[in-house]
Amino acid sequence: MALLSPTKPAHARGGPDRPPRRLGFSQRLGRLDVKLSPYLYISPFFLLFAVVGLFPLVYTAIVSLYDWNLLGGQGDFVGMANYVAVLQQPLFWKSVVNTFSIFLFSSVPQVIMAITIAALLDQNLRAATFWRMGVLVPFVVAPVAISMIFGRLYADQYGFINEVLGLVGVDPVAWHGDRLASHFAISTMVNYRWTGYNTLIFLAAMQAVPRELYEAAVIDGAGRVRQFFSVTVPQIRATVIFVVITSTVGGMQIFDEVRMYDAQGLGGPNRDWMTTVVYLYDVAWGNQKSFGRAAAVAWLLFLLIVLIGMFNFLLTQRIATGGGRGPKVSRRHTKRLLAEARAAAASHDGAVPSAAPGGTPGAGQGSPPPPPSIPPVPPPAGTQSPNPGEDVR
Amino acid sequence: MLSSTRPRRTRRVAAATAGIASLALLLGACSGDAENPGTTEGGDEEMTDEEITLTVATFNDFGYTDELLAQYSEENPNVTIEHVKAAESGDARTNLTTKLAAGGEGLADIEAIEVDWLPELMQYPTLFSDLPPVDGRWVDWKVQQATTPEGQLIGYGTDIGPEAICYRSDLLEAAGLPSEREDVAEWIGGEGATWDSYFEAGKEYTEATGDAWFDSAGATFQGMVNQLDAAYEDPESGEATDLATNTQVKDLYDQVLSAAVEDDLSAGLEQWGDDWRAGFQNDAFATMLCPSWMTGPIEENAGNVEGWDIADVFPGGGGNWGGSFLTVPASGANTEAAAELADWLTSPEIQTQAFENSGTFPSQIEVQQSDEVLAYVNDFMSGAPAGEIFATRAQSIDGAPFKGANYFAIHAEVQNAINRVDLNNDDPEKSWETAVTDAQNVIQ
Repeated sequence: MALLSPTKPAHARGGPDRPPRRLGFSQRLGRLDVKLSPYLYISPFFLLFAVVGLFPLVYTAIVSLYDWNLLGGQGDFVGMANYVAVLQQPLFWKSVVNTFSIFLFSSVPQVIMAITIAALLDQNLRAATFWRMGVLVPFVVAPVAISMIFGRLYADQYGFINEVLGLVGVDPVAWHGDRLASHFAISTMVNYRWTGYNTLIFLAAMQAVPRELYEAAVIDGAGRVRQFFSVTVPQIRATVIFVVITSTVGGMQIFDEVRMYDAQGLGGPNRDWMTTVVYLYDVAWGNQKSFGRAAAVAWLLFLLIVLIGMFNFLLTQRIATGGGRGPKVSRRHTKRLLAEARAAAASHDGAVPSAAPGGTPGAGQGSPPPPPSIPPVPPPAGTQSPNPGEDVR
Repeated sequence: MLSSTRPRRTRRVAAATAGIASLALLLGACSGDAENPGTTEGGDEEMTDEEITLTVATFNDFGYTDELLAQYSEENPNVTIEHVKAAESGDARTNLTTKLAAGGEGLADIEAIEVDWLPELMQYPTLFSDLPPVDGRWVDWKVQQATTPEGQLIGYGTDIGPEAICYRSDLLEAAGLPSEREDVAEWIGGEGATWDSYFEAGKEYTEATGDAWFDSAGATFQGMVNQLDAAYEDPESGEATDLATNTQVKDLYDQVLSAAVEDDLSAGLEQWGDDWRAGFQNDAFATMLCPSWMTGPIEENAGNVEGWDIADVFPGGGGNWGGSFLTVPASGANTEAAAELADWLTSPEIQTQAFENSGTFPSQIEVQQSDEVLAYVNDFMSGAPAGEIFATRAQSIDGAPFKGANYFAIHAEVQNAINRVDLNNDDPEKSWETAVTDAQNVIQ
């Protein structure tokens, strides 16, 4: 028993049989410190967010319910009238279409380019830091400076690009006259600025991919391209989602480039390249001077971005979770099935049979679709549609 | 049980603390805002020799140099002047309107405004101090522009923009046409010059060279519309007139576009755009409408192109384009002292100095004919006697057109219509129809 005695105090230190002692103030403070401090440490962000993020958000919603002039200030409560007015303005819808078009022209190539460049930078390069920092240089340039440089490039009559096109005998492009051309031009400014930034984010993620995976892939006989699609992309899935969502949010809020694209900065005489944010600016500070309507536009835009963001999230998750070789094969498979089904549907509907195979690219073979290819797609129960095309869809 | 409830309670406490803290922050900010103007305003009415700082906010270049402002501080030792300069008028306008909307906090004691923003600000005269009138200082129409229907004067005039025609003497000479200042003025129509005679001269030039006569249909239209007494609104009621039946404007629209497109006189460059700026270097056009302040941008863009000159002529009589005012926002702490400073800044002597500094043509009658102004020669414009020419041009301005609250909204649509045709070769009639519909959407 004597041998056990040294352990007794140790046991008693946290033991339940020790009588509870009154806690001193400093101890109570210490306990408070442990419990509360973590929240206090993170509170600056949330306080700041409450002041500069949440408050403006809520206040904008309040403003959107009033007749609110830029100079006159708050007017009467009008309920949803501002939203109705905005939704009825054809210019709002035009700006939404412009925004989407510019967004597609910018974000899609941007992400693809960024991931490709990142994959190249991830190789063993000499002076790697130089190249990696090099891609970030455009990001450091002020957007207004970029817009001014690109303004010179894309000028209709004396622009550099049209001069070069003229040298090779191509007709000058009406960068400020053709709607699609203007969208393309603005997108290049956005891409110039953001591709490098996204590249670095991708690169950081790629460097965290375990090298053993590549070694294993090499042993399995995978080439560079196969390694990229089967190892790199699935491994950096979370980053892809992050970049796609941030570039969506950015793409929906293009402003500087449009403001600087021509002298007036409101999207040209036809408002052909006016984005929704520029429209918002014009409603508030332009000739309408209506903060109420501008606030309504802001909220509509917010909802739109949330919607697109969710769509993007689902999309990227689907693509990225597939990983491996799964989607490659199944996609080709479904494509073939689709083509066959369409052809079958066409002949079913009484279309000229000979036109069916030609009109379905992807079918590959010129032979008419064999009927046995339909059974692999199980028709959903209950829909005994005579048209197999619908089932496949 | 204990371990699961405790964190939740602290979390609630933390959330509450965060909420209260942010509320306190917000309330603190609000109460601070409310206190400041009250205390300072009360203090200033009693004491006049108190040390005060007055801020003057201008844009572009008003010619108010530090030396010029120092003169005032010498005369009034208790006043320190701070000068805030915005790069361009658009920035100044955004700054002014945003701060006015926020209750006037952060505004300068004297805010410079351009004549273009006057109509929108005139709708809210209470935001500005009623300035004591100074009889006979300015040309009548300049005072009239800044006076509300109720008779409140919201701004003291600084400069005006009398228009002449600027031209490239070298291009005209190469085309075998008159190129001397007086000859060009006579050829364009002299005293009785009309828009038709200006365009006729242009046809001669375009036929001889195949090049464009003026820079942009929109810019030319600007000069034409500025000569209408009331372009888009009824001066009596201030109501916007229907653009569809506005024959006055439609006639000008047709006139400028037939000259621009059918006769090919326009270079099709959007004013202030990149192509327009590049056009100066590429001999894209031979003439342009030229308010006195335009000589600055011409020099800036044309760089070392030689041959720019000014002809003492303007189609359709006189014309004014632009010009600015100094206002005193009513929310300021020292409105009376600020009004005195504005008075001093717009006095004939000081505006003469400002003109010598930056070429802004004074709106003060007595100095328009003063020796200093008349002696001014613009070296870049082939040594043209700019002071003398613009002084003559200023005399043929007979008034300011009526511009109401909807003027700029409607005018912007008509300008868009002209640009669609001039820049993008749209059909003029279709473009006008679009403007008529769009104008209905922007009228308030």
